Amino acid sequence: MTPAAAATWRWLAQRVSAAVLAICVLVHLATIVYATGQGLTAAAIVARLHASLAWPLFYGVFVVAVAVHAPLGLRVVLDEWSGLRGRAVDVALALFALTLLAGGLHAVRTLTA
Amino acid sequence: MSGRAPGRQAATIVQAAPVRRNDVRARSHPAYWAFVVHRVSGLVLTLFLPLHFWALSQALDPPAFDRFLAWTHAPAVRLTEIAIVVALAAHLAGGVRLLLVEFVGWRGDLQKSALALCTAFVVLVGVLLALNP
Amino acid sequence: MTEASLAVRIWRGGAEGAYREYTVPRQPAQTVLDVVTHVQRHVDPSLAYRFACRVGMCGSCAMTVNGKARWTCRTHVDSVSDGERLEIAPLSHLPIVRDLVVDMAPFFDRWAQARGSFVPSATRADDFARVEPASPARAEVDAAIECIGCAVCYASCDVVGWKPGYLGPAALNRAWTLVNDARDADGSARLQAVAGDAGCHACHTHQSCTERCPKHLAPTRSIAGLKRLVARAALKGAL
Repeated sequence: MTPAAAATWRWLAQRVSAAVLAICVLVHLATIVYATGQGLTAAAIVARLHASLAWPLFYGVFVVAVAVHAPLGLRVVLDEWSGLRGRAVDVALALFALTLLAGGLHAVRTLTA
Repeated sequence: MSGRAPGRQAATIVQAAPVRRNDVRARSHPAYWAFVVHRVSGLVLTLFLPLHFWALSQALDPPAFDRFLAWTHAPAVRLTEIAIVVALAAHLAGGVRLLLVEFVGWRGDLQKSALALCTAFVVLVGVLLALNP
Repeated sequence: MTEASLAVRIWRGGAEGAYREYTVPRQPAQTVLDVVTHVQRHVDPSLAYRFACRVGMCGSCAMTVNGKARWTCRTHVDSVSDGERLEIAPLSHLPIVRDLVVDMAPFFDRWAQARGSFVPSATRADDFARVEPASPARAEVDAAIECIGCAVCYASCDVVGWKPGYLGPAALNRAWTLVNDARDADGSARLQAVAGDAGCHACHTHQSCTERCPKHLAPTRSIAGLKRLVARAALKGAL
């Protein structure tokens, strides 16, 4: 793949994940405002996750989108503001993406169990 | 020095000579501030996320988790939480604006109105949260 | 009638230079180019600067005035001096030759690297091309075609400052006018040239270019258009 094509696919991944996150974050913000208004407890969070399959699925999609979006954004910032770029940085960011994915899905599983 | 034939690819561009850079005066316009908010909020959220996932996974131990939640009622923590959620709202609003610019095309003044809407949305979220118990 | 005067700081030397202060008499309807010209003619003949038409058509007199890139012939002192002080420096992001003169070669190198020149698809033996002026593609070209290569946008763009290889707003804007030109034959090669981390994808919509363009063009809009075309090409496997 040419560098130009690779950059284009990164840009597409960033924008597609952004569109998914736009919806997820809107729902998340509404949930936060509602849930903290009700008084947030572990029991309340767990109850919500068990109330319907939709919630774990929703948070699962949320986590995947974030694991794509955040490292790609960080890549640009590192390149422009710290001069860190190249293969080593890309590998580190890929590891970061996997960490977010694993950590996020683990959290969802914990709350759904 | 610049007598290159049109259509030819330039040789490797090397800018060895030091150049002047802009200062804050060149950056004093709304679209640039929107960029700064978007980038800073993105960085804040990226740093916060691993902590967020770890905290949620502690729900395996509900009493410990509830103690943790009680700690978050401390004013300093609550303020930080509100700041993070405001950062999320700001990043969302700015991001939607960018998606509109890049995909739907851009019509002059729509830009400034879009920025105003973004700011209003973010302020709304911050206020709603702050009003919560 | 007391003669008002203006304190002016002008950059002297190369990149390792410094500001030097001059006092210039105020005149009605005085432009920044008038100020620079006065200094060179009556105060210090060694001051180096560029101008040509002095009526806002050629873009040669572009300099940094109180921190912002502008055409000095079209900038009235009244509208920019903060408290009777004026600071004049060469354009940012380009090597300084001397005083207020910059080397424009890197700017035009990027133009060439973006394949910003027309490649014909017909010969003089063919009939005239028929381009519908009201067609959407031609409207896009017309909205962006008036660029005269003054480098104000390039000097105003912070991404140009952060990424030394970035093609910049002017080169990308010109590429946009060409990919929308029905007569041009360089389509896919040009899309490959403008895509990438040093191309259209490096634009973060600061819009400093659009804010400062003296011809009121919108390179941000052109670059957004390139992003869409390049993405479409990638999805078709044509990149």
